[in-house]
Amino acid sequence: MDFGDSPEEAEFRARLRAWLVDHNPGLPASSTDDDYWAGQAAWHQSLYDGGFFGLSWPADIGGHGLPSVYDVILDEELAAAGAPPRPSLGYLVQGILHHGSDDIRRRFLPGIVNGRDRWCQGFSEPDAGSDLAALRTRADRDGDEFVITGHKVWTSYSDDAEWCLLLARTDHEVPKHKGISAFAVPMRQPGIEQRPLKMINGITKEFGEVIFDGARVPAANMIGRPGEGWPLAMTVVSHEREPGELGFVGRYKKVVKELTEQVRRDPLRHHPGAVRDLGWAIVEAEVLRLHVCRRLSDRLDGIEHGPAGSIDKLLMTQVEQTVGHAAVSIGGSGTGGGDDTWLKVYLYSRAQSVMGGTSQVQRNLVARRILGLPDA
Amino acid sequence: MDVRLSPEQQALRDSVAQVVGRLGAKAVGQLDDTERAAKLDAAVTAAGWRELRTASDAGTPWASAVEVAIIAEELGRGLADVAFLGPTLAAELRRLAGTEAATDAETVALDPSLVSIAIATDGESLGDEGAVAIDAAGARAALAVAIDGAEERIARIPLHGDRVEVDLTRPSVRVAGAVEAIEGGSLEPEVLGRWLALGLAITSAELVGTMRGAVDLAVDYAAQRRQFGVAIGSFQAVQHLLADAHVAAEGSRAVSLHAAWAVDALPVSEAMAAAALAKAWCARAARTVCETAIQVHGGIGNTWECLAHVHLRRALLSADVLGGADTNLDRVLAHQGLPHRLEMR
Repeated sequence: MDFGDSPEEAEFRARLRAWLVDHNPGLPASSTDDDYWAGQAAWHQSLYDGGFFGLSWPADIGGHGLPSVYDVILDEELAAAGAPPRPSLGYLVQGILHHGSDDIRRRFLPGIVNGRDRWCQGFSEPDAGSDLAALRTRADRDGDEFVITGHKVWTSYSDDAEWCLLLARTDHEVPKHKGISAFAVPMRQPGIEQRPLKMINGITKEFGEVIFDGARVPAANMIGRPGEGWPLAMTVVSHEREPGELGFVGRYKKVVKELTEQVRRDPLRHHPGAVRDLGWAIVEAEVLRLHVCRRLSDRLDGIEHGPAGSIDKLLMTQVEQTVGHAAVSIGGSGTGGGDDTWLKVYLYSRAQSVMGGTSQVQRNLVARRILGLPDA
Repeated sequence: MDVRLSPEQQALRDSVAQVVGRLGAKAVGQLDDTERAAKLDAAVTAAGWRELRTASDAGTPWASAVEVAIIAEELGRGLADVAFLGPTLAAELRRLAGTEAATDAETVALDPSLVSIAIATDGESLGDEGAVAIDAAGARAALAVAIDGAEERIARIPLHGDRVEVDLTRPSVRVAGAVEAIEGGSLEPEVLGRWLALGLAITSAELVGTMRGAVDLAVDYAAQRRQFGVAIGSFQAVQHLLADAHVAAEGSRAVSLHAAWAVDALPVSEAMAAAALAKAWCARAARTVCETAIQVHGGIGNTWECLAHVHLRRALLSADVLGGADTNLDRVLAHQGLPHRLEMR
């Protein structure tokens, strides 16, 4: 049992640290700002071109084939340098990697990994949130194509995306979990209407509605077999619950570092209670980092995560919301005017207990699948 | 980086769990069974678990703090009424001070708040306030610090005094009066820092075990207790309490192991910071988890006969030893160069 770097890990860390000196794009304090998103694609590509993205993914899709623990080093160093967190799209990669044919993987994964193709995820619908399998968007076969009709919501960065990983119903005769298929849908085509939604912190990129009305997707873009959409969705959401996949440790540590520096510059300006809020944010961000070390070490055994991802999601949510509270305790909520950076971070943190499956759903899963408690 | 337990560490964990499973108390009434407790103590003695931090010929401990933490976690999980924390800290203090190993069973004496080791400021006596020898079952004496001119040395105080049994599994003894000097071994500040890191790491691991034991107890009860014709564990309100408790316990495991690893692997200030961070988190989490275990048991949970309060009581002591959530949050803030309320000794 060793939390320290192996010689190879130490070499990687040193190389990354040196690279960051010249390549930190200096994006806004948080990833919860539209200005951040304007620069995110360039940051993704720069990180990839530097050889620091897709560390644990296979080489044939542009990854580096390294053990997953390298991602912890990446998150730590990005935060320590004040650089933006790594792009959070591992869950899309995992979904396509696990369920796509060789052809699908070859066509789509390199572009996701290298950041040249932008992707969004078309899962939730107005009437299919926590009950995702109730989705009604349909894909109807028409020759070599499917025609998509339906309404997706909470589709992040949909207006930037070239591609959408879409869940749609292809079989209406079977039980709801069985009739769903997944597609890689090109987003730049007629029959797709974008309706950006404004989040409570004022940003417009994170949430969008997408209306599909006669959009077309080649049948060859189906990911997995017909009806494999539900297992694929479960793969995606289970990875979406894992902070190690998302790189969120880097995001939280970056905020905590900036708040810490703010207090050090002017220690007497801050109420002792606010400093203690920051203290707990420091503690919890580190607790999450170490928990991720444990999870990613477990993967050295080839353990795949099932319901344990719900534990990680709940822990990650607690940490993000503690960090959010520290942000307004130290940085101020902007109610007296001035900088609203920390207000945005705080308000954004409220979404963490909803996105990727609400905390209530996660608790149901922990109670039933892990603790073995009976269904009602 | 590879934070999986080695096969040897897994075997150690399993063997502690087996001993505690065989000889630990399964019900409150069994805590009075002195014959059983003596067998448990004998098994721990035979296994040598209390000797892991005594000095080998090279002066290094026989095992790393990770092994110590593994043992502490399992003892905590099974509510083992056997001395471990106190003797281990006494052995570490003697090892770090470079003195001879103890000839009889020892523990350590802490100041009455339990936040730091007891100090005879005049070099001779612990004064009116006295001190508290923790985890004192079977111990003949407790180690404290005596100021001798500009030097700090370890000293010994015999155990005569009132027992304190807030933790029903680990009695403390109030001690006061004269301390006996121990030959050799002055304590550098660095030494006490390392010792504190070990103490915080052990108590954090203890708390992780306590949380796991409390969650198991409450989950078993929720699955079996029926109301409205169904198991209460089928109600979401109960499920969510238990899910949160499980997340707190699972979330504590890595930070606690990291603290233990840091004791022997990092410079002393880093080791202390890692330990304080783990202890702050574990102390706060453990109280909530044990409270949840009581709540899930309903009325029964508020009776002496239910084991839930034994977990809570054990958590209270483990939290208080060398400082709980507040003190250790201050240590974290101090390490970060942030304002804090710690009176650094």
